[in-house]
Amino acid sequence: MIIVGENGVGKTTLVNTLLGKLKPRSGDISMADRLRIGYVPQFRNLDIDYPLSVRNFVSLNLLHSWQPWLSKKERARVNRVLKQVDLESIADRPLGLASGGEKQRAYLAQALLNRPQLLILDESTASLDNEMKFELLDLVSRLQQNGLTVIFITHDLELAQHYGTRYLMMKSDGYESGPINELSVKEGSGDNV
Amino acid sequence: MFSLAFMRHAFVASTFIAIISGVIGVFVVARNMSFLTHTLSEIGFAGASFAVFMGWSPLNGMLLFTILSSVMVGQLSNQGSRREAVISATSALFIGLGILFLSLSSQMASSATSILFGSVVGISMHEERQLIILSLIVLLVTVAIYRRLKFSSFDPVGASAVGVSEMTISIIFLLLLAMSVSVAAQIVGSLLIFILLTLPAASAKYFTHSVFSMILLSTMFALLGTWLGLYLGYLTNCPVSFFTAVLEAAIYVGSLVYHHYQND
Repeated sequence: MIIVGENGVGKTTLVNTLLGKLKPRSGDISMADRLRIGYVPQFRNLDIDYPLSVRNFVSLNLLHSWQPWLSKKERARVNRVLKQVDLESIADRPLGLASGGEKQRAYLAQALLNRPQLLILDESTASLDNEMKFELLDLVSRLQQNGLTVIFITHDLELAQHYGTRYLMMKSDGYESGPINELSVKEGSGDNV
Repeated sequence: MFSLAFMRHAFVASTFIAIISGVIGVFVVARNMSFLTHTLSEIGFAGASFAVFMGWSPLNGMLLFTILSSVMVGQLSNQGSRREAVISATSALFIGLGILFLSLSSQMASSATSILFGSVVGISMHEERQLIILSLIVLLVTVAIYRRLKFSSFDPVGASAVGVSEMTISIIFLLLLAMSVSVAAQIVGSLLIFILLTLPAASAKYFTHSVFSMILLSTMFALLGTWLGLYLGYLTNCPVSFFTAVLEAAIYVGSLVYHHYQND
């Protein structure tokens, strides 16, 4: 599912509602019990001096134990996820020195660590050049083919049409949704919404 | 040097102080709280002066003031846009209060010097015991919240995305910081709190890429500075804080040079 819409229309607010951080003012949200959601947020300020290695950054999301050190099982899980997102080769390099695409894959790996059933990506491609964008989304498509449900928020219609199956277009006065082939660039809106 | 009882107390106290400073410092640096830490130590100065005025031990006054105000100051300065102003106002207010309490008590000059610049060799057995207990509490709580504290300090956006309560972690951390500041000020004084709570951790992050090894290295740097500082202070009769400050600053400069050449 691709969610598209202009800036400020409420895409991230919708996600926060799905995550239970905000309560809807009206209406209900129904979700399967104990649905594991992985969420890759839109903004992160990790500068070039950011000290943690890719591996250690990804492992931050292991919260189900009080033990300060990682168990053998947990380390194996981190390795599996790093392999899944093709980051094994740079796993021990500082994340601050990684490229934009590698950083996005590290964020994705961190979200995948708890084996989510639903993955939400909020504008993950916004700061990437075209090659990196497609690389990341090819990876997400592979995950999707392996049974993961993905909600991808973007304002890039070309990407939406290329990778989506269904779309939800949010507007200031309502929404429209349907299969992705019915999503068309409306008059005067250019390539991006 | 260890044949003297006061040097033994100083050595044990400074070892514990260095350990908690090394550990807590890593999170202070990751959470960009160096200046807030400094403000807490100025609040501690007012607390210690108040204690001198009341005839209590300076450490108790520091603990009282820093613990009561840490959460309030931390929350007020959460918003980046007003952080500097809140920190300036708080520092000014509490230094003013500190001067007032000192002037009201009869022993202004000597107390002010030891509160502001530290006086580790003057630590009594009772104070040593208190420092050890406080240090153990800080370490135990840090271990108990370690994974969440690590996540929210090194990736606050990611931590909040998985539902780690930033508010809870930040309040617990501010309380730990208040205790650490009060403890560390015993050796380096309120004015020089950066020496132990910021510099060792800020240096360590250039050498290693995991939180745990950063903690180990930062603790080693803090221990090196305090032990050597104590030894040089003993040899020369100059203030221990001075040597510790110079050593930690030298380690920091060394780490910057190392980082510069490694990145080239």
